[in-house]
Amino acid sequence: MNPRITFAVATRVLTQIRRDRRTAAMLLVLPCLLMTLLWWMFVDSPVQFFDRLGPGLLALFPFIIMFLVTSVTTLRERSSGTLERLLAMPMGKFDFLLGYAIAFGVVAAIQSALAVALSVGLLGLEVQGPVWLLTVVAIADAVLGSALGLFVSAFATTEFQAVQFMPAFVVPQILLCGLFIPREQLPPVLEAISNVLPLSYATDAMQTLSTTSATGEVWQDVAIVTAFALAALGLGAATLRRRTP
Amino acid sequence: MMKKAVEVRDLVVHRGGREVLKGIGFTIEGGSVTGLLGPSGCGKSTLMRALVGVQQLTSGSVQAFGEEAGTSALRSRIGYVTQAASVYDDLTVAENLTFFAKVLGVSGDQVDESIEAVDLGNHADQVVGRLSGGQRSRASLAVALLGSPDLLVLDEPTVGLDPVLRRDLWKLFHEIADRGAAVFVSSHVMDEADRCDRLMLMREGVIIADDTPDGIREKTRTDDIESAFLSLVEQTGDAA
Repeated sequence: MNPRITFAVATRVLTQIRRDRRTAAMLLVLPCLLMTLLWWMFVDSPVQFFDRLGPGLLALFPFIIMFLVTSVTTLRERSSGTLERLLAMPMGKFDFLLGYAIAFGVVAAIQSALAVALSVGLLGLEVQGPVWLLTVVAIADAVLGSALGLFVSAFATTEFQAVQFMPAFVVPQILLCGLFIPREQLPPVLEAISNVLPLSYATDAMQTLSTTSATGEVWQDVAIVTAFALAALGLGAATLRRRTP
Repeated sequence: MMKKAVEVRDLVVHRGGREVLKGIGFTIEGGSVTGLLGPSGCGKSTLMRALVGVQQLTSGSVQAFGEEAGTSALRSRIGYVTQAASVYDDLTVAENLTFFAKVLGVSGDQVDESIEAVDLGNHADQVVGRLSGGQRSRASLAVALLGSPDLLVLDEPTVGLDPVLRRDLWKLFHEIADRGAAVFVSSHVMDEADRCDRLMLMREGVIIADDTPDGIREKTRTDDIESAFLSLVEQTGDAA
């Protein structure tokens, strides 16, 4: 591994995002708009659904968006020949993957800082724990999304397939993560499954943050999410082969 | 004499259940431009991928500068251009070059030199996606020139280029070879044959001739490489 190369990859990815103005704008504005929509939906409701669903959604956005963006961009690297060229150069696989993870981590940090600021500042989302920790959890989620996206892109040969991995890999996690129904109320088999899905811990972290000011459990969840992300990056590295048939 | 730039022995490669390279062997010395000519689909690209070390081999060996192709020590010594321009369409020419220079650990002035060498100086700040096909492949070529590699493997670098530019690029390849590097260029255009010091004609995964362009013409008693190719194919029958 070489920090110079990792940093070069990260800067390059960020330059590409910045160049694509529409993508950059959507990455930053969409989560804010969706949070506003959620707030608006429950504005006349007597039950505080916004406070219940908001934190979980803050965990979801970076995860879903980074999953999609990464799986499509890496697929593009694979099919355009740039990946082959890079792997014929003195580029380590982890330099490549970490470079991507850092770049999308930065994007996620800005994205969730905006969404969190809006939700807590303007829309009145109640958060008991420290607000900055919400952003930390969101970054971990984004890196997790990126790592999974990198991994699944190895199994897609077209961009259509890559996009289809989102309902396959992401939607079940959304359904089982505890956003719709507390996880301990799921049928035992599904609860067991939800225990091994990374998004469950991301949602747990966000919900803990919104209900208590103790941060121990949150850091534990963040550690689990990070471990999942690192494992996915490791699997992703295994799918980057220098020699292809 | 420097160590052999490339040494290929009994190379067999299967791709998608088909035998693409059928036992190829040759060596390339530094300081010359070697052309690999043959029709599309004859295995040129697969052979080039094998030289760079990104192709899974079925059997045989490929060495560059005495080491197994693809080992990490070789990666900064080999410049490689794939057939499709492998550069980032959403970055400018200069941004592309700067990125690859950082990956190679090459200084920034080499970026400008490479851009000038492929005559893209006027387009350095343009986004690659908005350039013409020829300009894009030149941007891709510029990346391969970074770091003055000892072996340059170029897969059809002159396709679709204007004749003046094509002549200039061949001149550049010879300049690079004169500095001691081995340049290995593929083409499916037979009229580029005379620009090479040495020519390898390839058909259906086999090298059917390996000599200087003059040597090949003499041996086959023909006036041009296209006729020589035909004559060689007829001689061997369709045994290949």
